[in-house]
Amino acid sequence: MGMTITEKILAAHIGRDRIEPGDLVTAKVDVILANDVTAPVAIQEFERSGLNKIFDPDRIVFVLDHFVPAKDIKSAEQAKIIREFARKHHLPHFYDVGEMGIEHCLLPEKGIVAPGDVIIGADSHTCTYGALGAFATGMGSTDIAAAMATGEAWFKVPETIKFIYSGRLPADITGKDLILHTIGLIGVDGALYQAMEFTGEAIDKLSMDGRFTMANMAIEAGGKNGIIAPDKTTQAYVQDRVKRPWTAYQSDPDAKYARVIEIDVEKLEPVIALPHLPSNTCPVSKVGNIEIQQVVIGSCTNGRMEDLRQAAAVFKGKKVHQNVRCIIFPGTQAIYKQAMQEGLMDIFIDANVAVSTPTCGPCLGGHMGILAKGERALSTTNRNFVGRMGHPESEVYLSNPAVAAASAIAGRIIHPKEVK
Amino acid sequence: MEFQGYIWKFGKDIDTDAIIPARYLNTTSPEELAKHCMEDADPTFSQKVKMGDIIIADKNFGCGSSREHAPICIKAAGVSCVIAKTFARIFFRNSINIGLPIFESPEAVDGIQEGDLVKVDADQGTIVNLTTGRSYQAKPLPPFMQEIIKAGGLLEYVKKKGC
Repeated sequence: MGMTITEKILAAHIGRDRIEPGDLVTAKVDVILANDVTAPVAIQEFERSGLNKIFDPDRIVFVLDHFVPAKDIKSAEQAKIIREFARKHHLPHFYDVGEMGIEHCLLPEKGIVAPGDVIIGADSHTCTYGALGAFATGMGSTDIAAAMATGEAWFKVPETIKFIYSGRLPADITGKDLILHTIGLIGVDGALYQAMEFTGEAIDKLSMDGRFTMANMAIEAGGKNGIIAPDKTTQAYVQDRVKRPWTAYQSDPDAKYARVIEIDVEKLEPVIALPHLPSNTCPVSKVGNIEIQQVVIGSCTNGRMEDLRQAAAVFKGKKVHQNVRCIIFPGTQAIYKQAMQEGLMDIFIDANVAVSTPTCGPCLGGHMGILAKGERALSTTNRNFVGRMGHPESEVYLSNPAVAAASAIAGRIIHPKEVK
Repeated sequence: MEFQGYIWKFGKDIDTDAIIPARYLNTTSPEELAKHCMEDADPTFSQKVKMGDIIIADKNFGCGSSREHAPICIKAAGVSCVIAKTFARIFFRNSINIGLPIFESPEAVDGIQEGDLVKVDADQGTIVNLTTGRSYQAKPLPPFMQEIIKAGGLLEYVKKKGC
């Protein structure tokens, strides 16, 4: 019996030829990540435990991205704990204001994560790096603290669900639509404790940015990791970024899957997730007349170059509706700069869009775009739980960037083809 | 270890934003976090909950973010343990790692109502509803995880192993 890509990566990191789903294993990890919300807890636990030696400073990555530039005094204190720790331990991969980006946009861009890696992060969207053909999964701060000392973490080897996306991708369908449709199909715990392996003709044709969006939201189906086997697109993305050796794993043709789910992408239209679960999906044409007061375009889900280009194509020569605040968050400084060079910033600013430094702020209701009671937002982010973006009686709808831009212009949720 | 307390019952897919909204994540103080425990699921929970009380919930409890603040605030609010049909993966790990006892038992969730007095034997995984007299059996934790709990959390376990 063959093995899946997830099983092969884990097996390689415990020095075994084969492993089975359900095995409890301790594996070496290649990259350990935390942010300004989760790192302070990890640092406090690390120091309190007396485990004072970091196994390899080069493998630890701290990104301040949630509440910086500091939104208040408490956030400033949290960030300070990390700055001091990073200096004390001479961590080369510490990213502060000015250099930072949204962590899951930043790490691939800088070549810190590579195909074949095992990556753990104290952030649930760490699963994003599965788009490169890595095993990447979110954990909590204590797991990170332990791994900082040992370079290892324990895992229960997950079963895998194989998703086959067949057919030609329609022009208005993005990675966001594929993953929202998938979560709608299987539910927010449809892949609980399982690996989600994305395959098929539509994935082969999907851009790297679209793949990151898909793997990013595996956690929204309860998945342990989302993964896409490396191919030419992956190779082209990593070749000038990753400066260390890496391995491309592929699932065996006779690998064993818990389930195989086939999705015909040709029949899809852009997908909206209605409040208050990402699985509460609906095609945009059936969503009805939903007026919105805020549009957010960005985040670790949809803050990459392709996303900004899609939004700009809709915004060109148009204005945001007078009843809507639209905020765009480029994922990293490099994305911000490229968007300026391509003229996208002119389009956004001329359309009355507010453009921000990279931050997770509005996605989790932290800062930079909090909703009041009764307000409604359409967002390209990943979660629409109760109170996610502000007041517990506000509402969040999720979509792809083009739908978000079109809806910002219309003041209600629409398909981009309806933009006059 | 044994716990006894009154039940607070919640529905399915209770996410970490409901357990501890992100607007309070600018602190790591367990006492501060406890003041907002379960706030977006039940705004008055932190005022009502008493030391030793037990949370019971339907499937997929703790879905969403990796914030360890979620089990930390539940523990700091005085909740002795959480029983659910299933737990989201990261919440499950985090609870074991910080020493918040959790039990999976769909039968107990269906058979126990809010306000019931319940006793839990953590070692045996038995859950007794003292209000109705009925008892339930939770799925036992793998020995590996029991060792982490016995050591007093993941970091103590790692230290014992000699890292």
